[in-house]
Amino acid sequence: MIGAEAIVKCLEKEKTDVIFGYSGVAIDPFWNKMLDSDIKRVLIRTEQNAAHCASGYARISGKVGVCAVTSGPGATNLITGIATAYADSIPLVAITGQVNSDMIGSDVFQEADITGAVESFVKYSYLVRDVNDIPRIFKEAFFIASTGRKGPVLIDIPYDIQLSELTTKFSYPESISMRTYKPTVNGNMAQIKKVIKEVEKAKRPIICAGGGVHLSGAVEELRKFAELNNVPVVSTMMGIGVMPTDHPLYFGMVGNNGQSYANRAMNESDLLLMVGARVADRAVNRPDLITENKVMVHIDVDPAEIGKNVGPTIPLVGDIKHIFHDFLEMDDHADDHREWVKLLEKYKKENASQKIESKDGYLDPKDFICKLSECMKDDAIYVADVGQNQMWSCECSKVRDGRFLTSGGMGTMGYSIPAAMGAKIAAPNKQVVAVIGDGAFQMSMMELATMRQYGIPVKIVVMKNGYLGMVREHQHFAYNDNYSMVELSGDPDLSMIAAAYGMDYMKINGDSNVIKDIKAFLKDDNSSLMEVVVDPMALTK
Amino acid sequence: MKRIYSVLVENRAGVLSKVSGLFSRRNFNIDSLVVGETNDKSVSCMTIVSTGDERTIEQIEKQLNKKIDVIKVKTFKESMSINRELMLIKVKYNKDNRRDIMENCEIMNAQIVDMSKNMMIIQICDTSERIELFIEMLKSVSIVEIARTGTVALTKCKEM
Repeated sequence: MIGAEAIVKCLEKEKTDVIFGYSGVAIDPFWNKMLDSDIKRVLIRTEQNAAHCASGYARISGKVGVCAVTSGPGATNLITGIATAYADSIPLVAITGQVNSDMIGSDVFQEADITGAVESFVKYSYLVRDVNDIPRIFKEAFFIASTGRKGPVLIDIPYDIQLSELTTKFSYPESISMRTYKPTVNGNMAQIKKVIKEVEKAKRPIICAGGGVHLSGAVEELRKFAELNNVPVVSTMMGIGVMPTDHPLYFGMVGNNGQSYANRAMNESDLLLMVGARVADRAVNRPDLITENKVMVHIDVDPAEIGKNVGPTIPLVGDIKHIFHDFLEMDDHADDHREWVKLLEKYKKENASQKIESKDGYLDPKDFICKLSECMKDDAIYVADVGQNQMWSCECSKVRDGRFLTSGGMGTMGYSIPAAMGAKIAAPNKQVVAVIGDGAFQMSMMELATMRQYGIPVKIVVMKNGYLGMVREHQHFAYNDNYSMVELSGDPDLSMIAAAYGMDYMKINGDSNVIKDIKAFLKDDNSSLMEVVVDPMALTK
Repeated sequence: MKRIYSVLVENRAGVLSKVSGLFSRRNFNIDSLVVGETNDKSVSCMTIVSTGDERTIEQIEKQLNKKIDVIKVKTFKESMSINRELMLIKVKYNKDNRRDIMENCEIMNAQIVDMSKNMMIIQICDTSERIELFIEMLKSVSIVEIARTGTVALTKCKEM
C-alpha cells in the first residue's frame, strides 16, 4: 500500500463521505487513489471555496469537513478559507500536496511553506515526513479538529510520501491519547453549583448564546434550561438560531449591528450567562463595561477565551452540552422572572425594526428578507454572506427549526455560496438559500459551475445595489459621502449569468408581488437565482 | 510585571517557531527565550521571560497551554526560582587596566576563558541583574562584543 492509498483508507475509517478540492500534480497520487473509493469528490472552481464548502458541510452534518488541494498556489489559495473556519471554530481537515521531501526548502516549482503560512489560523498542522505516520497523523488530526474548541487542522503531504510504500502494515488506531492535548469536557461541579445558586438568586438573568452552543450540539439543552427557568436569551451573530426567532424568551442579536433592545437587555441584567461566545468587539463594544453591576458567568470549552476580552465573575470551562445537562439536573427553578421578561417585551415593542422607505421601484431589503424567511421551509438553512445583506439577514430573517449560517468572525465575502453548497450536500432534503450582495456574488459566482456539474440545487438571492454597500454605508457616515472603491458599475447582467449556468432566474423590485414571486422562486428543489433590486442608498441602521 | 514561564514541549521540528510565533501574533513581549533538551529526549524545556499586566500574564499561560505541542506550563515570579544567565564578553585591555579588569572578575566571580595580547573573553554566570552590573563595571574598558544566553530558571527546592 502506498501513502496515497493510506490517506484514502484513513478518510474511509473516519467515515468521510465527501471531499471538496482541486487538482494539481502534487496532490494527484491522492486523487488517483480516490477513484477506488466511494467517497464523493467535488471539484470546486477555486481553492478558497473548498474550505468554505467543507465548512458549510461541517456545520450542518456535525462531522469534520474535508478538503484537499495541491501545493504552492493551491495551498495558499486555501488560506482564507482556513482562516474563516478558524475564526468560527469550524472543524476541518485540510490536506495539501507538497513538493518532494528532498526538495523542500529549495523554492522549487509550486513550493510554499504552507504549514508555516497557516500557523496562526490552524488548531494544528502536520508535515508528513514518514509514510508510516499517515494513520496516526490522520487519527490525531480528526480528533484535534472535532474536540475541545473545534477548528481546522492542516496535513501537508509531500508528493514522494504519497507514492512510497508503507513499510509497516496499515492499521488505523482505534483510540487515541495525546499527552499534550486533553480538552476539558465536564464542568467543575463546584462552579456549576455556584452558577445555579446565582440563577436562583438573580432577578434579571439573561443568557447570551454564541456559536459554541451550535458547535457543542447543546441547542436543546439550552432551550430547555431557559424555558424551565424563564430566563430570556439573546445571541451573538454566530448564536442566531439557538432560539427560534419568534420564541417568547428570545430578544435578538447583541452587538453594534444587533438590536438595541438586545443590548439593553444584556446591559440591564443582574446575571449574564455568556455561553460559547468570545465577547469580541462586534458583540460587545466595551467589554470592560459589561461586567459592571452584574454577575457574569462565562462558559466556554476554551479556557483561553475566559478572561481574554472580559474578566468574568464565575469562569466555567467545559463542553456546553455537558454543562447544561448538569444545570438541568441540579436546577429547581426558583423564580419565574416574570417582571423582567415583561420589561424586555416592552423594550422590544418600543424598538421594533424600522421599515426602510422604498422609493422608485426599489424593494425594502428588510421587508424582503422577512418575507423570504417566512416563505422558506421550517427547517430550511439560511446562509447569509457578508455586508449589508448579512446585517439585514441577522435582523430580519426568521429562524424556526432550521439553521442560520454566516462567516461571523472573519467576515469573509463570498462565503455563502460555497457554504450553502456544502450544507446542501450534508442535508440534501433541506431547502438551502444563500443570500448575497452583488459584490460577494462576483467573488464566488464561479461556483455556479460546480453546482451545475454535481447537481447541487441551492437557491441564490442576490441583493443588487451596485455598491459594496456595507463600506459605502461606512463612508456615508465616516467620510461624508465621499465614496472611494465601493462602486460596482461593471456588474454583469445576472439574467445572462443565470442562463449561462443553466439556472432559473427571476428579478424582483418594488413593483413586484413579493410573496408570490418568492413562493415561485422557492417552489422547486432546483438551483435558481433571484435578483433583488435594492436602493443603493439603503442603510442597515 | 516580570514573569518566568517554564514550558515543557514536544522535542520536534517547528515547535520553537510555533511558540515564538504565538508571542508575536498575540502581541506579547519576549524578554528572553531559551530552549534546551531535558533528561527525557522527547521533551524540551523552554524558559521564557516576559513582562506584562496581570491579564496578559494569564493569557500567555493559557495560550501556551492551548498549543498542541506544549506539555506543561509553569509560571513563577523571579523570587520563586533560581535564575541564571551566561554571558561571554570580549574586551580590549592594556597593561594599565588589566589589573582592574581581573579584580572586577574576582569580585563578580567571573572567569577569563580566552586571551590574546590585547583582548580577552570573560565568562560570567549569574542573574541578569548582576550581569547588567558587570557590564556596567566594564564600561570603562572597551567592550568589543557580548553574547548572552538569556535566563534559565528552576523553581526553588522549597516552594514558597
